[in-house]
Amino acid sequence: MALRATHREAAGVTVVDIGGRITLGEGSALLRKTIRELLEDQRTMILLNLADVDYIDSSGIGELVSAYTGVKNRGGSLKLLHLTRKVHDLLQLTKLFTVFEVYSDETTALRSFQ
Amino acid sequence: MSEDSKHLEMTLETQVESVNLAEEMCLRVAEAAGFGEDDCYRIGMSVREGVINAFHYGNEERPEKKIHLALDLTPDKMIIHVLDEGKGFDLKSVPDPLAEENLLSTSGRGIFLMRAFMDEFKVVPGRTGGAEIIMSKKLPLPGNPGMNGKGSQGAAPKKEA
Repeated sequence: MALRATHREAAGVTVVDIGGRITLGEGSALLRKTIRELLEDQRTMILLNLADVDYIDSSGIGELVSAYTGVKNRGGSLKLLHLTRKVHDLLQLTKLFTVFEVYSDETTALRSFQ
Repeated sequence: MSEDSKHLEMTLETQVESVNLAEEMCLRVAEAAGFGEDDCYRIGMSVREGVINAFHYGNEERPEKKIHLALDLTPDKMIIHVLDEGKGFDLKSVPDPLAEENLLSTSGRGIFLMRAFMDEFKVVPGRTGGAEIIMSKKLPLPGNPGMNGKGSQGAAPKKEA
């Protein structure tokens, strides 16, 4: 399934709702483009809602890490929301749970940016 | 190869689309062989990572080079071979993606994932001069599609087979 990404504002945070597969090719490219455009628009508080992302490969993981460091380097913060089981397990396996802040509740996640 | 074994092979172009094609084909074989959903996911991901490795690192995304994929289904396991036409590589030179200094690396997790998701994994010099990844997964026990090989996605990667 091709990746979809839309964004909305909530409590000063840009919530990016993503669905599909973040994999080598179009999926990774769309995530990269989305983050780049948000940063160009000075939006540096970003919550990636991965509720509908059922698959990430190593390229997708690389893209998430790139987004994280890109936002951080601009003085912002990028956090993750609603991981599916497979994505959760993959981040745990690759120790990226120690890097990303991960939330299962949007209100709590938004409050963490304050 | 015994009479009870099945062999399938295909030659793929060095292009992004080959990654999905290889994954889909191996998933069909794995499902037909009786693997459960979680094992199919692990096999599909490992094939994907193997072909990405051949596409990007082995063949350096050069379209004149090919990727060779082969599957062997024996009575007890599914064996996958991914062969590129690159210069080969030494597994010992691959950085550990779990090391603190590599956690924020944007690449280098493919080999780690294949090792984690498959029961056996090794890299040997290929007949084309490139690298050949050979990995396998034990077939499910009758009546227990999930009870074979590694039972957990969180299992630590195995060392070279």
